[in-house]
Amino acid sequence: MADVLGGIAKAFQLIVSGDPELYGIVSRSLFFSGTGIILAALWGTPLAMLIALRDFRGKTIIKTFFSTLIGLPTVVLGLILFLIFSRGGPLGFLGLLYTPAAIIIGQAILVTPILVSIGVSAIESVDPEIMNLAQTLGASESQAQIAVLKEAVNGVILSNIASFNRAIGELGVVLLVGGNIAGGGVRTDVLTTAISRNTAIGEIGLAVALGILLMIIVFTINIIVAVLRKANYIVELVKAPYSRLKRSRETER
Amino acid sequence: MTVTAELKGVTKAYGNKIVVDAVNLQVREGEILALLGPNGSGKTTILKILAFIEKPTSGEVKFQDGIVNFKNTEKVRLQSTLVFQKTTLFSTSVYNNVAYGLKLRKVPKETRDREVKKALELVKLEGFEKRNAKKLSGGEQQRVAIARALILKTRLLLLDEPTANLDPKNAGILEEVIARVNLELKTTIVMATHNMFQAKTLPTRIALMSDGKITEIGTPTEIFGKLSKNLASFAAVSNTFTGIAKATIGGTTFVDIGNGVQIEVAGQRQGEASIFVSPEDIVVFKNPVASSARNVLKGRITEIVDLGSLVKLKVDVGKPFAVQITKRSFDEMGLNLNTEVFIAFKASSVQII
Repeated sequence: MADVLGGIAKAFQLIVSGDPELYGIVSRSLFFSGTGIILAALWGTPLAMLIALRDFRGKTIIKTFFSTLIGLPTVVLGLILFLIFSRGGPLGFLGLLYTPAAIIIGQAILVTPILVSIGVSAIESVDPEIMNLAQTLGASESQAQIAVLKEAVNGVILSNIASFNRAIGELGVVLLVGGNIAGGGVRTDVLTTAISRNTAIGEIGLAVALGILLMIIVFTINIIVAVLRKANYIVELVKAPYSRLKRSRETER
Repeated sequence: MTVTAELKGVTKAYGNKIVVDAVNLQVREGEILALLGPNGSGKTTILKILAFIEKPTSGEVKFQDGIVNFKNTEKVRLQSTLVFQKTTLFSTSVYNNVAYGLKLRKVPKETRDREVKKALELVKLEGFEKRNAKKLSGGEQQRVAIARALILKTRLLLLDEPTANLDPKNAGILEEVIARVNLELKTTIVMATHNMFQAKTLPTRIALMSDGKITEIGTPTEIFGKLSKNLASFAAVSNTFTGIAKATIGGTTFVDIGNGVQIEVAGQRQGEASIFVSPEDIVVFKNPVASSARNVLKGRITEIVDLGSLVKLKVDVGKPFAVQITKRSFDEMGLNLNTEVFIAFKASSVQII
């Protein structure tokens, strides 16, 4: 019991003192997961638009495929990626195993099903007439698709947040392809893997501190999003430059 | 006479269902052409083809001087725009909605601001630029949609039932705008409607449609002047009925419109006749009352449509009658679906078409 209490006390001390080891791990986590999401959005968004806006055979099968993949255990995906990236694997020659790049790619693949599934349903829930409407006003096919995407912006943002939460909190992929390297040249340990390692070696204080910060990050992002969505700020922000929004609010007053 | 657009043998089918059937139609420059017909007669599809967002299954579409190639409609779409029956707005400000087409056309911001202001003035929505478009009333939303189309100053303006589901005030504003744009900007307009009175007053020409075909085309006087068979079969147009008229000694006429419903009409008439009663001219009672109205009919409410300050009812008295009353009367009378009511209207409120 004394150990646990001591650990918690140590944790707060580390958080408050701005311990470089602790915040180094946090910033690495944020960077890997953030980059992973951006990467996944680059292919996930067009893919979601393609699935949602086109009519083709097997559409339901593709949609079911992606929504099923949301439930894929991260450790299984980690294993698959490990086999692909490992020296004897098909992409072994790239030498990506146990590098930050492997973590970022792995997390991007991990969250793709979430981005695509939520994205598709958000785009599909947009009034189907929006596409026609944009075209009657002179939009080209791709401009009309952007108009649809703008209408779905709430859902698309939601899919990005959900993806980020999944990425920053998962252990399987970062452990198996990242290697949880805490020393030497390039470090690949992140919040989840560092918690697991520090717990194993008895560094309860650091582990608890990391756990607290992980929860704070996830909750803060969700609260901010909830508040902004309620005020419809995000939608406005995406649609109009911030300066104009600010101006219009000032004149309202 | 210049022809702005022309359909030659245009057919549109969805699977086995033919919705537009070998239609030939010329849209003349500067005219207001009304497509008049019941729901499902193909009006909307013709408008979509003229807006180049629907590809005909067969036939040829000419616009200005060229034949439209439906594989690449980007250019012609800049010259023709359609306002949908169901108001569709982007979920953003009124300004962003109205300016959308100008932004696509890369019009500089100062010009855009000025044009948006003018367009909003035209539809009587001055100063609405910063409002959230989706939070406006139904009538205001439809006016934003019209302003968004008008601002483009296209050669062809297509309107699909522009005043359906609007209260008389908003409908009046829109009819005025349509007439003004046609007169001042010489915009060629094609509008779908199933409102007899709109068809009688606004257009230069009327094309009657039923079952995907244009059955007659002519000026309002020509179309309404003779008792057209198709016009008479417009059961879907609210409160239009056909029957056999028999003059009475009292100076009025009884028209038997079927199902045991007899309508008394002012004036003398014999033989086949089509009649119309305006939904606003019909009064609703919960109990039979003695009144000077010559027509009192008992029925049940089968449909209730909320139009904001007004409520549109469908009352089945053997034949369906559309009735328009205020929301307040509707609430105070405690009306509901299936409520038994009496409808009453004067013999002089019935018009023989």
